[in-house]
Amino acid sequence: MTGAEILIECLKREGVEVMFGYPGGVVLPIFDELYDSDIKFILVRHEQGAAHAADGYARATGKVGVCLATSGPGATNLTTGIANAYMDSIPIVAITGQVKTFLIGNDAFQEADVTGVTRPITKHNYLVKDTVDLARIVREAFYIASTGRPGPVLIDIPVDVQQKDIEFIWPEEVKIRGYNPTYFGHPGQIKKAAKLIASAKKPIIYAGGGIITSGAHQELRELAEKIQAPVTMTLMGLGGFPGTHELSLGMLGMHGTAYANHAIMEADLIIAVAARFDDRVTGRLDAFAPYAKIIHIDIDPSSISKNVKVDVPIVGDAKNILGQLLEEIKKTCDTSDWLKTVEAWKKKHPLTYKDDGKIKPQYVIEQIYESTRGEAIITTEVGQNQMWACQWYKYIHPRTFISSGGLGTMGFGFPAAMGAKMGCPEKIVFDIAGDGSIQMNIQELATCISNKINVKVAILNNGYLGMVRQWQELFYKKRYSYTRITGPDFVKLADSYGALGLRATKKEEVRPAIEKALSVDNTVFIDFHIEPEENVFPMVPAGEAINRMIGGMA
Amino acid sequence: MRHTISVLVENKPGVLARIAGLFSARGYNITSLAVSETLDPTVSYMTMVVEAEDEKILEQIKKQLNKLIDVITVTDFTKKEHIDRELVLIKVNYSTKEKTKLESILNKYVAKIIQHKGDVMIIEAVDEQEKVKQLLQDLGRFGIKELIRTGRIAMAY
Repeated sequence: MTGAEILIECLKREGVEVMFGYPGGVVLPIFDELYDSDIKFILVRHEQGAAHAADGYARATGKVGVCLATSGPGATNLTTGIANAYMDSIPIVAITGQVKTFLIGNDAFQEADVTGVTRPITKHNYLVKDTVDLARIVREAFYIASTGRPGPVLIDIPVDVQQKDIEFIWPEEVKIRGYNPTYFGHPGQIKKAAKLIASAKKPIIYAGGGIITSGAHQELRELAEKIQAPVTMTLMGLGGFPGTHELSLGMLGMHGTAYANHAIMEADLIIAVAARFDDRVTGRLDAFAPYAKIIHIDIDPSSISKNVKVDVPIVGDAKNILGQLLEEIKKTCDTSDWLKTVEAWKKKHPLTYKDDGKIKPQYVIEQIYESTRGEAIITTEVGQNQMWACQWYKYIHPRTFISSGGLGTMGFGFPAAMGAKMGCPEKIVFDIAGDGSIQMNIQELATCISNKINVKVAILNNGYLGMVRQWQELFYKKRYSYTRITGPDFVKLADSYGALGLRATKKEEVRPAIEKALSVDNTVFIDFHIEPEENVFPMVPAGEAINRMIGGMA
Repeated sequence: MRHTISVLVENKPGVLARIAGLFSARGYNITSLAVSETLDPTVSYMTMVVEAEDEKILEQIKKQLNKLIDVITVTDFTKKEHIDRELVLIKVNYSTKEKTKLESILNKYVAKIIQHKGDVMIIEAVDEQEKVKQLLQDLGRFGIKELIRTGRIAMAY
């Protein structure tokens, strides 16, 4: 078999059903194989879209997402998507073509040192120098991408390696001596954690994206209910615990709820599950959670004690460890006073906005929530649209909120929605976008139409790069330096691609537009003309303690 | 504070770049680095001296190294009984008048004259860091023209 045949055979054996990508000179042998393959190939309009789509597919399904691009510019166009997957620990395998092995380093046409470029933004990467290694490398790549703390793996394949004909041997086993993730928590540490939990009067669970990765949502819920602790989630953790549950405090951090931030600051015990104490969560580090002991559960030892000092570290898979903890915890403190206090904060300082008859972005998201009954997959772009989507849609199930957390990539949401829809065709997929972000990967409209990938896009159109404008308003004396942004007529644009374009300029048009979008079997852009200078509140100014919020509680 | 760490890695192209990239990307400092093959040709041995302000950074360096797929084991010599050595080549000014003085200094160390040509002499020394430092101080008055060091290597018992 040729290298290209081996690649496709390996992908099939790894269970790949869908790939996103773009052809080019040095991947021609692979594309020739794809021509007859049952793997569904989605031809994007820009390679960045392919990487984000693979990412969205992985987040929505829990499987490994796969993207493919040619050498040089094709590969470098993938890099933003790869970095995005790396920051959020998303399993994708990116396959790139490379110039012939003997031309490498020669500045050949469309040559770039892609393993060099992607080294710091992949979990691991490979340059395949001999076809004999290809099957083993593909197997290792999928294994590394999907196990331990997942992440992107890149395989760079020179064109002559794709062409060479050899005997195909499928490696049954993967053995990598330098890679042995820990999956179960150390029993001694579990005992210590259970002891801390038994004596905590004001416990809080702080849950991150790893809950979703490891499928620990059920165990998390059992733990919260058993020890009667409120649960706050990071952006990545949304959906890991039902936002409708009475113990849910929603998201914490810079644009978290006031009650979540206060609860974590007042807590005497933080049970951090698969979250990494990122700066958007902790705010000013030396003022963070002064009264709390911390239990930190994470599969990545380097996440532990990186930012905050931890009392009981437990390395391993969240689902296993929560299971072990549930068995170990025999008695707990009465937390009813604590829950009453938190409940009072919730009542007194809810998320709120001024309803003045204009279209408020928060209202748009509430309406999307109601009309989809919380059952849609929501993707977001980055900025105000993203934060409102975190605050105003209640995520009930894991893998229903898909957003660029660590890297903060504008232009992520639309191609990610495409990938999510390919993975979950029975679900409604809604991208909540801004008029700035949507213009960053708008070319994928053509991909949606030609492949009948029906996603819905809600553009919260305020004519600004809203989040940057908000910072300029609050911290730069309203000097709106280059944040006023124009765009096309989104309705006409959608129409020109063959999608449906809708527009809402009045509050009463919002719900009908959403209902209309949901009723048609097509990709839909809805252009919501929202209040231009609406801000996201509450907000913790950068470098402040997280209970010192603008629009929060005093 | 300086710490000696050894890293056993897969002997594959690009591994050194991964390690170097990790240090630069995360802002860690390497003072010295020595790389060589081992008895097992599939494995390379790296000894590095790293600068870490506190225990937390040292821990992070070790954890981040361990996270690399091509890293097999990481050993921190800080709290381990071990020996360490460094080889240095020193070029000093030479005059016959001072030969005995020079030789008496060198006798105090594991050091010897390799070659002298005209008014320069090349000395080789193999010793632990503190000794090398003293030797360099002692040789200072002869005028050190050039100095090349291999970086530290270490072995535990």
